[in-house]
Amino acid sequence: MSELTRLTIAEAREKMRARDLSSVELTDAYLSAIDAANPSINAYVTVTADKARAMAKRSDERMASGEAGALEGIPLGIKDLFATEGVHTQACSHILNSFEPRYESTVTSNLWNDGAVMLGKLNMDEFAMGSSNETSYYGPVVNPWRVEGSNKSLVPGGSSGGSAAAVAAELCAGATATDTGGSIRQPAAFTGTVGIKPTYGRCSRFGIVAFASSLDQAGPIARDVRDAAIMLRSMASTDAKDTTSVDRAVPDYEAAVGRSVKGLKIGIPKEYRVDGMPGEIDALWQQGIDWLKEAGAEIVEISLPHTKYALPAYYIVAPAEASSNLARYDGVRYGLRQQGRDILEMYEKTRAEGFGEEVQRRIMIGTYVLSAGYYDAYYLKAQKVRTLIKRDFETVFADGVDAILTPATPSAAFEIGDAEMAADPVKMYLNDIFTVTVNMAGLPGIAVPAGTSTDGLPLGLQLIGRPFDEETLFAAASVVEKAAGRFTPKRWW
Amino acid sequence: MSVDIATVKRVARLSRLAVSDEDAQRMVGELNVILGFVEQLDEVDVSGVEPMTSVIAMDMKKRADVVTDGDKAADIVANAPASEEGFFLVPKVVE
Repeated sequence: MSELTRLTIAEAREKMRARDLSSVELTDAYLSAIDAANPSINAYVTVTADKARAMAKRSDERMASGEAGALEGIPLGIKDLFATEGVHTQACSHILNSFEPRYESTVTSNLWNDGAVMLGKLNMDEFAMGSSNETSYYGPVVNPWRVEGSNKSLVPGGSSGGSAAAVAAELCAGATATDTGGSIRQPAAFTGTVGIKPTYGRCSRFGIVAFASSLDQAGPIARDVRDAAIMLRSMASTDAKDTTSVDRAVPDYEAAVGRSVKGLKIGIPKEYRVDGMPGEIDALWQQGIDWLKEAGAEIVEISLPHTKYALPAYYIVAPAEASSNLARYDGVRYGLRQQGRDILEMYEKTRAEGFGEEVQRRIMIGTYVLSAGYYDAYYLKAQKVRTLIKRDFETVFADGVDAILTPATPSAAFEIGDAEMAADPVKMYLNDIFTVTVNMAGLPGIAVPAGTSTDGLPLGLQLIGRPFDEETLFAAASVVEKAAGRFTPKRWW
Repeated sequence: MSVDIATVKRVARLSRLAVSDEDAQRMVGELNVILGFVEQLDEVDVSGVEPMTSVIAMDMKKRADVVTDGDKAADIVANAPASEEGFFLVPKVVE
């Protein structure tokens, strides 16, 4: 264990600016930590050690000549969903076998332009489809957290399970992640880390392997709220290569960290008090309400009447878009190819071999709901329900609510190979019950650790904001963080 | 609505996924669980509601109709499972 890997991005930045630490030293500390931990945690699917050292060396040179970028010399992990030139990019799927793109995603380009160092590519659920990181072709990621006194392996959540586990286990200073239905916020909550999904359109989707294009957004997973703010500022941009990227200047999110929440109106949606919610989640929520009240925020009960329909609508919209996006994997242009007697058999065998079970299930659902005769009953209806879900939020924001506080997940992390979830896909889908509404409405949402379960596992709260008002989320999340403290797993690996 | 094995096989064909009879049988159950779950939407009155086309109100950006990229044939075929002289190779499709 190295004290260096314990540093937050803000702390490392300060030490490097003061010339007390070099990026090469910091990068080497992380590479050693990865060597020691990855056989147990399985957070990285590829480690780019040579590239990392070369980038760190250049960072040190830039710092010496006084031209440091916002993330100069900071070693980061990159979710396998982001295209990185010449480096493993497979969305943790077998179908993208050996794929090494000839181009770089906009988000990662932004990070490298700001001086960040790439440590490697992080494990994830295949094509970001999953809530436990168990659908990865490279095997599950193990949560660095364990129930006190137990040695059973827990999931880190998903789909950004490798990102969350790597940040929690100090195997990178921060990580990129993506969120289609909760894939940043749920793993952040399961690992005691901070994750923010910004407003749809804030980060460019160019070079991110597409899952459901109207829902996918990139964001960071970090050790604390300030680090998440620092990373998001670098990741976000306006990009001509993504027509859904917005023409808005990127604010200095870090300036919002620690900003007073006095007078802010925080909504508490009654529909999130779901049947069978564990008492500890309810208590955590109440604790968060009390903290924000003590900090001067006004707490108001609100209603988001269509909440319960968000998850079923999502399981029409997301698979429908996925079935279209994944049509490109045909064994012709990249990745795996299985031979067949004719081209049709080649397609079918390639896709059956290359896609895992969950991905095939979603392609099938998507194809079915888009097929002739079913489009209106399923897809069109779900898009109408989506309008209603968004309208619910617009109504409460118009009434003066600045942000909404909810639990991040309905439970703490569960065991790898949970039999009930394996037997019933819908049980797994219910993990996203509190997060998926945010994607359906395109809003920003942050998960911040707020306490622990009776078993000693981290639990998170979620704050939902107005479109493009990530700053209020950073301000409110830092109130929770200040009151709750930071959460670090006990080392067993 | 629920699916039977014939529907599953038809959808698998549309999806270009080879499925064995055993896979198809398993998928019948799984898909029906998911379709049963999404059936809750029938409770929602959507009359007069416009379907969502974009979560953030914005006009789609358009750029000038000019060539901004190209001459990258080698990059494009670099990851192909089979290629020759800048072309993708596929099984014979025309007799």
